[in-house]
Amino acid sequence: MLIFLIRRIGLAIVTLFLLTIIVFALSNVLPGNVGRQIMGPFAPQKSVDELNQRLGTDQPLYTQYIKRMEGYAHLDLGKSYKSREPVTHVIGSTFLNSTKLAFLALLITVPLGILGGVIAALRRGSLIDRSIVVFSLAGSSLPEFVTASFLVVIFGLQLAWFPVIASTGDVISPAEQLYRLVLPILALVLVYFGYIARMARAGVITAMEAEYTRTAFLKGLPRGVVIRRHVLRNALLPTIAVVATQTGYLFGGLLAVELIFNYNGLGRELVRAALNKDLPVLSAGVLLIGVVYMVATLLGDILISILNPRVRLGDQ
Amino acid sequence: MSTTETTTDTVALKLDDLHVAYDVRGIPRPVLRGVSFEIHPGEAYGLVGESGCGKSTTAYAAVRYLPENGHVTDGSITIAGQDMLKLSAPDLRALRSSRISMVYQDPSQSLNPTIKVGAQVVEAFTVLGFSKAEAKVKAKEALHRVRIADAQQVLDRYPYQLSGGMQQRVVIAMALACDPQLLILDEPTTGLDATVEAEVLDLVSTLRQETGAAVLLIAHNLGVVRRICDRVGVMYAGKIVEEGPAAEVFDNPQHPYTVGLLRCLPRRGANKVERRLDTIPGSLPLIGTVLPACVFQDRCVLATEECRTVAPPATQSEAGRTVYCHHADKVSTLVAAPLQAPVTGDGVGEIVLHLENVSKTFKQGHHEVRALVDVDLDLRAGETLGLVGESGSGKTTLAKAILGIHATDAGSVIELDSQTLAGLTTARTRDARRAIQIIFQNPDSALNRSKTVRAILERALQKLAGIRGQEAGMRLASLTDEVRLSPRHLDMRPRALSGGLKQRVAIAGAFAGGPRIVVCDEPTSALDVSVQAAILNLLADMQREEQASYIVISHDLGVVRYLSDRIAVLYLGRLMELGPAAEVFAGPHHPYTEALLSAVPSVDGDPPDRIRLTGELPSAINLPSGCVFHTRCPRAIKGTCEALEPPLVEVSNGHMMRCHIPIDELRTLQHID
Repeated sequence: MLIFLIRRIGLAIVTLFLLTIIVFALSNVLPGNVGRQIMGPFAPQKSVDELNQRLGTDQPLYTQYIKRMEGYAHLDLGKSYKSREPVTHVIGSTFLNSTKLAFLALLITVPLGILGGVIAALRRGSLIDRSIVVFSLAGSSLPEFVTASFLVVIFGLQLAWFPVIASTGDVISPAEQLYRLVLPILALVLVYFGYIARMARAGVITAMEAEYTRTAFLKGLPRGVVIRRHVLRNALLPTIAVVATQTGYLFGGLLAVELIFNYNGLGRELVRAALNKDLPVLSAGVLLIGVVYMVATLLGDILISILNPRVRLGDQ
Repeated sequence: MSTTETTTDTVALKLDDLHVAYDVRGIPRPVLRGVSFEIHPGEAYGLVGESGCGKSTTAYAAVRYLPENGHVTDGSITIAGQDMLKLSAPDLRALRSSRISMVYQDPSQSLNPTIKVGAQVVEAFTVLGFSKAEAKVKAKEALHRVRIADAQQVLDRYPYQLSGGMQQRVVIAMALACDPQLLILDEPTTGLDATVEAEVLDLVSTLRQETGAAVLLIAHNLGVVRRICDRVGVMYAGKIVEEGPAAEVFDNPQHPYTVGLLRCLPRRGANKVERRLDTIPGSLPLIGTVLPACVFQDRCVLATEECRTVAPPATQSEAGRTVYCHHADKVSTLVAAPLQAPVTGDGVGEIVLHLENVSKTFKQGHHEVRALVDVDLDLRAGETLGLVGESGSGKTTLAKAILGIHATDAGSVIELDSQTLAGLTTARTRDARRAIQIIFQNPDSALNRSKTVRAILERALQKLAGIRGQEAGMRLASLTDEVRLSPRHLDMRPRALSGGLKQRVAIAGAFAGGPRIVVCDEPTSALDVSVQAAILNLLADMQREEQASYIVISHDLGVVRYLSDRIAVLYLGRLMELGPAAEVFAGPHHPYTEALLSAVPSVDGDPPDRIRLTGELPSAINLPSGCVFHTRCPRAIKGTCEALEPPLVEVSNGHMMRCHIPIDELRTLQHID
C-alpha cells in the first residue's frame, strides 16, 4: 500500500511538472510579443519595450520559466499584467467561490447519483428504473447553459422562488449565500446526476450478474447482505473514477453557469484573463485547476485501491 | 408423519416433468421440455450433453436461481422433501444455506475479487448461525478438509493470489460448509489443467464418501462424468434421452444421440491416419424452435415418420436403464466412419522448421523467468507436432517464439527451410510471415466482427497470397469449398455464424497464403464435441491436401493424439520427452508424461493404478535443483534426481527422453510389455 501511494504521488508530481511546462509553453508561444499585445498596435515601440522589460517578458524563455517556478515555490504567483494586483488576490477569491459551488454540487450529486443508480439497477426494468434512466439521460445530454437558462426562467423569473444572481460581491451571511447558490447548484446537479447515476447503475448491474454474486446468493445470504458486502464494493469502482475525473471540470469549467448566474468563479476569471492576455493569471489558474484535478484523481485512486486489492497490491 | 413424506425424504433431488422457458423479446421459448430424474442420498448423478441442451438450466432451476427471464412453466422440483417451487424467500434462503451447495466453472469468477478468501469462507458459516469467532475456526477446518495444508495463509489472501486449483478448493470448502445433502457441480474442472482436474475430482470423490452428499455433476467432458458418477442422464434439446449407470451408458449406448456423441470423440488412440471421426449430421436446434415429438428426429439416421409425431416412450431395457427412442433396438446397426487406408510414404517430407537451443527468458521484476530452455526440435513437411504440458510448461511460449511474437534469447536458432528466421515477426520477410500462420481457440477474437466473411477472406488472400481481383475471387471460391463453407456464408458477418463455422472461416484465413506451418492453439476447445469432430476432420483433410505442417496445442490429449504424428512433452520450459505419437502414448513414457496421461479422465474408464501428481507446478523463478520434475515425480530416485539434471537422450529410434531412469526399468515400472 505504501509503495503504491509513493508511486502514485510521485506520478502526480511528475504530471504537475509537465503541466507547468505545457502551460508555460502555450502561454508564451501563442501570443507573440506580450507588451505589444497589452498596449495595442498604436503604442510607441519604446513604451512597449519598457513594459516588456518591467514584466520580464524580454528575457529568454527558460529564464522566465525558472523565475516563474521560483515564484510558485514561494507561493508567489506573480502579478496580473492587467490590474497589477498579485495573482493570488485575483484568483484567490474566485477560486474560493468556485470551491463553494463545486463542493456543494458534489456533496449533493454524488450520494444522490449513486443512490439513484443503485436503486435503478436493483429495480431494473421497473417504472422507477426507467424514470431515472430517462431523467439522467436528459439531464446530462442538455448543455449546462440550457439547463441553467431553464432554471432561471422557471424558478427565478416565473415563480421567483430563488434569486437569479448568485454574485457574492457584497458581504452576505452564509445562509443568504447558500440561498443564492440554490439555482446554480441545481443546474450542476441536473447535469452530473446523470453521469454518476448511469455509471453506478451499469456497475451494479454488472456486479449483480457476476458469478461471485451468484455464489453469495447461493450461500443463502440475505439479499441486503449480498448487495452491501459483495455487490456495491465492486460496482462502484468505475463510478469513483468518473467522479474523480469530473471534479477538476467542476472547479474550472463552469463558465456558462457562472456567466448566467453572474457568479464570480474561476472559470469566468480565466476567460477574462485569456481575453486580456493576462498570462500570469491564466497560467496560475490553469495550473490550479490542474492541481485540483490531480488531487481529485489521486484521492479517487486511493479510494479505489482501498476497495480493490489488486490495484493496491499489484499482480505479484 | 405420513408415509408419502418419508418416501420423498429419501430422495435428495427429484425433478418431475420439469419445463422451463426463457422469455426472449416477450415470447416464452421452451428450454427444458419435461426433465425428470431422481438423485438418491450418497449418489452421484451426471448430466451430459452439448451446450444449449439445458444441463445448466436444469441445475439453476433446481436451486431456483434462473435468470430473470427464465421461469418454470410446468412440473415440480423436490429437494429433501421440500417443494422448491412453493418455498417462501426466507425458507429458500435457509435451504440454500443449509442443504444445497453449488460449485461451478471458473473459480476465479465465483470468488469475490475484492474480499479476502477468509472473509468469504467465514461468511458461509456465519450464515448458518455461528458467531464470528466460531466461524473463523470452522473456516480453517474447512480448508483443511479440502486438503489445503497452510490454511491460514490461504485465508489471508485475495482470490487472485491463488492458483486455479487452489481457488476451486476454496469454493468447494465453502460449498461443504453446511454439510449439504445435495452438492451441484457445474463444469467444476473445465478450464483447469489435467493434473489439477484430477486432483479436484479425487477430492470430490473422497469428500462424497466422507459426507454422503448426493452429487449432481454437469460436464461436457464425458470422462469427468464417468470418473465421478454412478448414474448418468444424456440430455438433448431440453429432454433426457437416455439414462442409466454411467459405465453401461458409455460402454453400450442405446440412444442414437448418445452413440453419436461417443463416436465424435477422438478416443482409444484414434489418429487421423487411421480414420475420420464421426460427426452428427445437422446442428443443435436454436432456442425457440418447434421440435418434432422426438427432439432428436431431425438429426437421426434411424428416424421414421413415427418419430415426428409420437413422443418416444420410456423403454426400460435392463435394470436401471431407460431409453427414450422408438428404434433403440436398431442402434447397433448404426455405421461408424470407415477406417481409411493409412497414408504412407509421402506423408512426411523434408525438414521445414528447425529449432536449435531455443530459449526465452522473461524479466519479472528483478527475477529472470526461464520460460523455454534450450529446445531442439525439427518439424517435417506435412507432419503434426503436438505440444503437451500443464499451463506454465512453455507450450504457448514456444509457439509464440516460432510465430515471432516473442523474441528469443541470444543463441537461439529458428530456421525455416534452412533459412534463419529473425526473432520478431516484424523483422521477418513477407514470405516467412506468410509461411507461419495460427488458428486460435476463440475464432471470435480472431475475426473482424464488422466485416463479412468475404471481406475477411479477401483481405487474407491479398495480404498473405498477394492476389486480388478476379484471381482472388477464384481462389476464394476454392478456399471456401475446401473448408466446407457454403457460398451463402460469404456475405454473413461472424456474429451470424456458429462457433464451428467461425472456426472454418479462421482456418480458411490461415490457409489463404499456402502456409508451410500452421500453429493450432486449442483449435477446438471452445466447440462442442460433434462440431469438434468436424473441425478435426477438416484440419486433417487440409493438411493432406496442402502438405502443411501443424503445431497443435491442446489440453485435450485425445485431440492431440488424433492430429499428431509426433509429441513433445514440456515441463517448466524443458523438453522432457519427444517422440512418435503412438510411442509416447503407448509408453514406456517419461514419468511426467505418464502422470499427465493418467490424470486425464477417460470416457472408457480409468485404469485402477493411476499415478497421482501432488503439489503445484514449482515457480519458474525458484526452480528445483537437478531434474526440475523431481519435486513432483512419483518415480524419483533419491540422491540422483535432485542433484543432477538428466540430459535429453534417444531411448529408441526418434524417441527422446530426459530421465535418469533407464528405459527398461520404466518399462517394468509402467507394466508395459
